[in-house]
Amino acid sequence: MIHLPVVNQARDRNFELPETPPTEDYHDILDQLEKDGEIIVQRVPEPYIEVKTKYGRTKKIPVERTWHHKSCGQCGHIPGYSTSIFWLNRKLGLDYIDPKDQTSCTAWNYYASATSNPAAQAAVAIRNFAAAYETGYFPIIHCGTSFGHYKEVRQSLMHYPELRAQVRKIMEKLGKKLVIPEEIVHYSEWVYAMRDRIAEHQVMDMSPITATVHPACHYHKLIEEDAIYTPEIYGAQRTAIITGVLQKIGVNVADYSTWFDCCGFGFRHILVSRDFSRSFAVQRKIEVMKEEANPDLVVTHDTGCVTTLDQSQFAGKAHDKKVGLPVLSDSQVAALALGAHPYLVLQMHWHNTDNKPFLEKIGIDPEEKWREFEEQVDKLKNGEQLYLTWDDVESVPV
Amino acid sequence: MGLDLSMNKYADVPYEEKERLFNEVKADLRFHHALYGCYECGICVAACPSARFYDFSPRVIAQATAREDVDLIYTLMNDSIWDCSQCFSCDRCPRHNSPGMLITIMREVAVNNGLQTAKEALEGYGRIIYKIMSTGTQVSPDMLQPNAFPDWGPHVKDISDNLEWWRKALPPETLHTTETGWAVDDKTIIELYLIWHMTGVMDMIEEIDDGLHMILVDVMEEKLEEEGYDVSF
Ligand code: SF4
Ligand code: SF4
Repeated sequence: MIHLPVVNQARDRNFELPETPPTEDYHDILDQLEKDGEIIVQRVPEPYIEVKTKYGRTKKIPVERTWHHKSCGQCGHIPGYSTSIFWLNRKLGLDYIDPKDQTSCTAWNYYASATSNPAAQAAVAIRNFAAAYETGYFPIIHCGTSFGHYKEVRQSLMHYPELRAQVRKIMEKLGKKLVIPEEIVHYSEWVYAMRDRIAEHQVMDMSPITATVHPACHYHKLIEEDAIYTPEIYGAQRTAIITGVLQKIGVNVADYSTWFDCCGFGFRHILVSRDFSRSFAVQRKIEVMKEEANPDLVVTHDTGCVTTLDQSQFAGKAHDKKVGLPVLSDSQVAALALGAHPYLVLQMHWHNTDNKPFLEKIGIDPEEKWREFEEQVDKLKNGEQLYLTWDDVESVPV
Repeated sequence: MGLDLSMNKYADVPYEEKERLFNEVKADLRFHHALYGCYECGICVAACPSARFYDFSPRVIAQATAREDVDLIYTLMNDSIWDCSQCFSCDRCPRHNSPGMLITIMREVAVNNGLQTAKEALEGYGRIIYKIMSTGTQVSPDMLQPNAFPDWGPHVKDISDNLEWWRKALPPETLHTTETGWAVDDKTIIELYLIWHMTGVMDMIEEIDDGLHMILVDVMEEKLEEEGYDVSF
């Protein structure tokens, strides 16, 4: 591969936003549909934090009373994502719900196999939104693909009256309302918006760490409108999530020339054509990061990205590729900085690439922490208790 | 092998049949928002991960649909669309096209019409469709089996050997499951089944995989009947 130079940010030139955003404002359209009695808009509860999106509009991020829309891939294969998000909420004393009245957005399957259609996809989305609305808590979406797909669904429902009519009829049958949230919020936006409060509780020195960032395609490319941007991060030319959080907790963020590239997940490819996913993840992402930035860690924020970037490295090693970069989510890194346990909370044993050197670099003894994890698991094995609880996790000293 | 665009491969498929499929693509309510013309600038190709590894081009998809080249569209619908990663990097098109969305629509038409190439593309994928449609979560912890992911190394065996304990060690009580990503309420699953039923998704499955359709019907009917719904698929 020919390496392009990583270009440093301009020192004395700022890029202005266009006076008129090139896209429609979904807030206005949702408000109008609500006035017309077509939909219910679930409002972001107070208190909220205001952030700016790609074209300078304002987006509200709820602080608490959040309804956690979980992710199949995260909960199933990399559960430390969710446990870290919940742990951060608990650490900050915030109210949230982890619902069972929630299905997957089913978008992974849709993008992989096309065995669905716009009406079904919209109905699944609105069923989940209505379930959140009924609790009075505001949906916060864990998966980048659910986030992107729900924005697509919102777009379709705003513009196609026939689809609204069809979904409304289905919801009536289910005894539910056609509810669309005022904002579609990804968990990494919450971590970003809360970064100052998170940093107030920091106990670990993260400054020895250099990280590269991979943003999820479905976060900032699929309906690019409501992704977060700020002039302080990459001059507002790239999305600010992940990077803003890492910088706040003192991690050195290093750039690399294929930042914009996809991870290679491919939806169907990661399941049935993995040669593509492996090659792309290793050759276009991991090797480039390694050669250009040589980081201790890769940080991303979506189900597919962690899976592909992390799991693909095993085969890369067999082919003598330049691999060996541990991959974590921003919620895990933020929790770690606040003293969360690497195995009981971050669940790092579900990840593949060796992450022990990273832990040692910030002064954590992985062997000792693993012993602590196994001690807790022994309580289950010897029948002392059925499950570990948050109290068990919190009883282990930092 | 490269993509054969000679048009010889599907010469025996009647033009009317190819046109009928393209008309289905055009009839999708999203089609006109996914295609506004095409400058042939190639920006979508530069951003496209699949274009780097396959003989595949989102520009060709946009060009073929913009020019309504029915023969070429039929070839692409059979031999190209399943290479797409559905990442939507191509959404940065200066013409505001979404070649990725055009492909979503073309795939749906291919599935709806039971094209043989769609069946082949989805070979081995049926168990995933079964999981998501019957349980409401797509990726379950018990899918992590060494024979399913040999290229992910011994770490998968480690997880599958310890699965039960490691799941019980997760502090959120929704995550103790092994057969689903998280615990989903029965009422929620019933609502999901009703959605599949009311939106024609069950018919799509029947078109693409008869066996899978039968199993899904069995599972769903039983649960729906238990809940007092009279639904015959
Ligand atoms: S980016 Fe858009 S205009 Fe350019 S080649 Fe691709 S589809 Fe055509
Ligand atoms: S959605 Fe498909 S066509 Fe578009 S950039 Fe991604 S892989 Fe390429």
